[in-house]
Amino acid sequence: MSDLATLETSILDQIAAAGDEAALEAVRVSALGKKGSISALLATLGKMSPDERRTQGAAINQAKDKVTEALAARRDVLKSAALNARLASETVDVTLPLRDAQAEAGRIHPLSQVWDELTTIFADMGFSVAEGPDIETDDYNFTKLNFPEGHPAREMHDTFFFHPKEDGSRMLLRTHTSPVQVRTMLSQKPPIRVICPGRTYRIDSDATHTPQFHQVEGLVIDKHSHLGHLKWILHEFCKAFFEVDHINMRFRPSFFPFTEPSLEVDIQCRRDKGEIRFGEGDDWLEILGCGMVHPNVLRACGIDPDEYQGFAWGMGIDRIAMLKYGIADLRQLFDSDVRWLSHYGFKPLEVPTLAGGLSS
Amino acid sequence: MKFTLSWLKDHLDTDEPLEKLADKLTMIGLEVENIEDKAKALKPFTIAKVISAEQHPNADRLRVCMVDTGDGGAPVQVVCGAPNARAGLVSVFSPPGTYIPGKDITLGVGTIRGVESRGMLCSAAELQISNDHDGIMELPADAPIGAGYAEWAALGDPVIEINLTPNRQDCTGVHGIARDLAAADMGKFKDPGIKPIKGEFPCPAKVTVEDANLCPGFALRLVRGVKNGPSPEWLQKRLTAIGLRPINALVDITNFMTYDRARPLHVFDAKKVKGNLVVRHARDGETLLALDGRTYNLDPSICVIADEHGVESLAGIMGGEASGCDENTTDVLIESALWNEINIAHTGRKLGITSDARYRFERGVDPAFMVPGLELATRLVMELCGGTPSENVVVGKSFGDDRIIDFPVTEVKRLSGIEVPMPEMKRILTHLGFMMAGPGPVVKVAVPSWRTDVHGKADIVEEVVRIYGVDKVPMTPFERGEDARKPVLTPLQLRTRRARRALASRGMTEAVTWSFITNTAAKLFGGGQRELEVANPIAADLSDMRPSLLPGLVAAAQANTDRGYGDVALFEVGQVFRGDRPQDQFMVASGVRRGLASSEGLGRHWSGSDQADVFDAKADALAVLAAAGAPMQALQIVAGGPAWLHPGRSGTIQIGPQNVLGYFGEMHPRALETLGADGPVIVFEVILDRIPEAKKKPTRAKPLIELSAFQPVSRDFAFIVDRSVKAGEIVRAAQGVDKKLITGLIVFDVYEGKGIDDGKKSVGIAVTIQPREKTLTDQEIEAVAAKIVAEVTKKTGGTLRA
Repeated sequence: MSDLATLETSILDQIAAAGDEAALEAVRVSALGKKGSISALLATLGKMSPDERRTQGAAINQAKDKVTEALAARRDVLKSAALNARLASETVDVTLPLRDAQAEAGRIHPLSQVWDELTTIFADMGFSVAEGPDIETDDYNFTKLNFPEGHPAREMHDTFFFHPKEDGSRMLLRTHTSPVQVRTMLSQKPPIRVICPGRTYRIDSDATHTPQFHQVEGLVIDKHSHLGHLKWILHEFCKAFFEVDHINMRFRPSFFPFTEPSLEVDIQCRRDKGEIRFGEGDDWLEILGCGMVHPNVLRACGIDPDEYQGFAWGMGIDRIAMLKYGIADLRQLFDSDVRWLSHYGFKPLEVPTLAGGLSS
Repeated sequence: MKFTLSWLKDHLDTDEPLEKLADKLTMIGLEVENIEDKAKALKPFTIAKVISAEQHPNADRLRVCMVDTGDGGAPVQVVCGAPNARAGLVSVFSPPGTYIPGKDITLGVGTIRGVESRGMLCSAAELQISNDHDGIMELPADAPIGAGYAEWAALGDPVIEINLTPNRQDCTGVHGIARDLAAADMGKFKDPGIKPIKGEFPCPAKVTVEDANLCPGFALRLVRGVKNGPSPEWLQKRLTAIGLRPINALVDITNFMTYDRARPLHVFDAKKVKGNLVVRHARDGETLLALDGRTYNLDPSICVIADEHGVESLAGIMGGEASGCDENTTDVLIESALWNEINIAHTGRKLGITSDARYRFERGVDPAFMVPGLELATRLVMELCGGTPSENVVVGKSFGDDRIIDFPVTEVKRLSGIEVPMPEMKRILTHLGFMMAGPGPVVKVAVPSWRTDVHGKADIVEEVVRIYGVDKVPMTPFERGEDARKPVLTPLQLRTRRARRALASRGMTEAVTWSFITNTAAKLFGGGQRELEVANPIAADLSDMRPSLLPGLVAAAQANTDRGYGDVALFEVGQVFRGDRPQDQFMVASGVRRGLASSEGLGRHWSGSDQADVFDAKADALAVLAAAGAPMQALQIVAGGPAWLHPGRSGTIQIGPQNVLGYFGEMHPRALETLGADGPVIVFEVILDRIPEAKKKPTRAKPLIELSAFQPVSRDFAFIVDRSVKAGEIVRAAQGVDKKLITGLIVFDVYEGKGIDDGKKSVGIAVTIQPREKTLTDQEIEAVAAKIVAEVTKKTGGTLRA
């Protein structure tokens, strides 16, 4: 074997034996560096005869190419091994459980959600939202709404009162959101289309009554709206709110001091192990009261009942929330039990929209 | 209001089935609440005879009876535990498969202590016809074996209960209900006239009404020589069926008239009444032992009927024990009167008496029926008890005011949207007792005296529509009109809505707590004023309107802790009260964090579990403000807050000292102690009403964006300042140097301890300088940096850390 071949074999052996990139680099320098063994051989070419140079030159360059190639190949192997070793050391336990995203963990109270749902539906029908104070005068809560002084209808509202003032008058906690209707009629000119959601109070406490509860009332005043429109609006509302294709509603005559004629509305349903299905079954469930605004109320609010007419309705937000979402006990709405809230509440990104559905 | 089907049929000639009558009642506004049909519920119960009763082989207290059920088959073996089960007894039997209402079970074939039992002998309690459960029922020996028990016992008269609205006093009597049903085509109304009974002598008692306002009319008559005792079976059955206790014929007649004709009456035992009757205000100190056995203290606001003994009756509400009728009564004074509705309601409320008379008088009875009612009652007294009637004494008026309404017939269509033909309108109104005259378009409608609720055109429309059928009103689409679609929520409503979702997005749970809190809690938060104290609270701890949401939320957090859920983050967005005027009510967002409830999440976690701290509350408050559209750049954070917050761990958010938007911090330990809660508890409060409204912009387009072509430069500074210097002061000083060039500033480090002198701290800030027109030279950047150092030094006394 020639010296060159021996040298080549020796270098290739060193390359194969290099355990890491540093060792490999040392081999490269010893062979191809300025003072490397192959570089030294190449330097001898200048002293050779042209013929000798031709054969030797080709041989040395061939050896150099082989070594260069082997170096590159070995470098790839070593680099890859090093990366693999690094990766092998860089492991985490991906099964470690995460916290819920905050937007998944937080909850909107069912009453707030239903408030948003109602507003969405009625806004689409052209209603705006009016609000008023919880602490009201007797005049706005009763007298202007055609509850005569001492009338038994006043007793139907078990009213919370405040202490009498020096002039004998006393403020009260509104028993319905109808005073907001009064305030609206006194401050706006017809046509009027508003809903009045809000907190209301009556002295009552059991599974279906709490001393505070929430109502949404609606009011339309113009020159042509009648019971037929009222029926249509409530029908449309119930279908949209309960998210059903069909709903059977029963309107029956009733009495409220502030409407004439007055109606109560039942919806047909089937109760099945605490769950309520609408549009089927043979139960009737009362959900709201309504009627044409009483001429005395219009007059008390400065509106001529012969020129203008309109209707109003009222329903319990708590009640329709319970019906829609299968909540059994009204009192739990105000218990602030985080287990209950996280079960019956809604995620903050579940925003009711008509396009995407009220509840997802 | 309760009545039976047969009672109704006394006033209505009808063949309509019960279900149809009930549906119609509901659909004309007399809502049927319940129908108790014993005949239906007790159908499987039959009359049977015990043939033999032997001692049970394995049980001392049980007997094995052979029972003849009358079905022609072999006797049935029944194991019975009743002490009175004996051979020859006729009782009530139910076969297997029967639902037993009193026990709420369905009977099966059973084996009791090894002996088979194929049915049951029943007590009255098991049938729910009385509370008697001392043994099985004992029927007369001649009761027909095999016959249905309910039918034999005449329990077959269904009891109908309607939920009467307060306007329909005329339907507090069966007669009025029948009139409505007849108008709605359910049969023929039976309304024979009432013939007056001629008096045979003048009534010896005189009547004086001192205040006609309290008693517009009063009629009285004596019937002499009556024989009072138990009333006849038909009358007792009527009263029992609707839950009244028969007493004696005279009293039962008054109760019957109350329910039959909506005409409450009172009967005095004439021999117990001394002298003439006076209707007057009660006097202070007067008392009355009433028929309910209770003694009432009276005052001048109460109207009474008195004689020479003193008060004998609470007018229109309840009679007195002393002058009541009993089996010894021979002479009876029958009173039929009209009372002031408001005074009756007031007295009833004041004395806490609910009676059938009060119920009717406070709704207003038919004034024109005062005397006919007295005549009818006299007839009943004479029929049931005999006797000789005196002439009537009538004081005041005995008729109603004429009410004639000019009624444009188009009103029906205008208000209801339904076209009712004129003849149908007339038929309905006439059947209801109205009179309609004239060809239209405006007719005259006379209102009958018993319809005290009808005053105007809209009332007439209601009468027509409810009888014609509300279900016939056509649903009519409600056009939303051509107005542009605009957002309908007010700025405050939008803030409220956004505040909720912003807080829930921070992992908090929304609670809705009571508007009322304890007086102690209210005072702690600056409330508790007398004007905000409920005069008649439902419970002592729900006495004051809340000045803050925090007492409710802190209590809620504590309640959850007590249930074993101590890491809680709750919020509420709701109303608070600082006074009783509308402008004193504010919409507030508040939150509490307790335990391991930092902004990172609730509870323990491998990635870190932190106690909530002041900065979580600050972040919550600022999240609400940002979501609600507050001008964030203008907000100032000032150390400290109200007394209920920890003085060193709290802050106030304001836009100048005049407009405080909210607070955040740790609850003061003393405040927590007052509220009975364990700490620490981290809270915030933001008053949404106080956020200044953003200026309305003419378009929705956003301002043009300016994207600089030049790289921003960041420079770090560390200042050593006194410990009391607020980071906010350093930030403000640095930011103020060049508002154009300095586009960002963060505090990246706060350090106290080794290497820093006591009482000092190091605050590191990184300032971003964004060149706009050209790249800045080193000198220019250094000039800005020097100004920052100079400014911070000047404002805070700090020095650049070496």
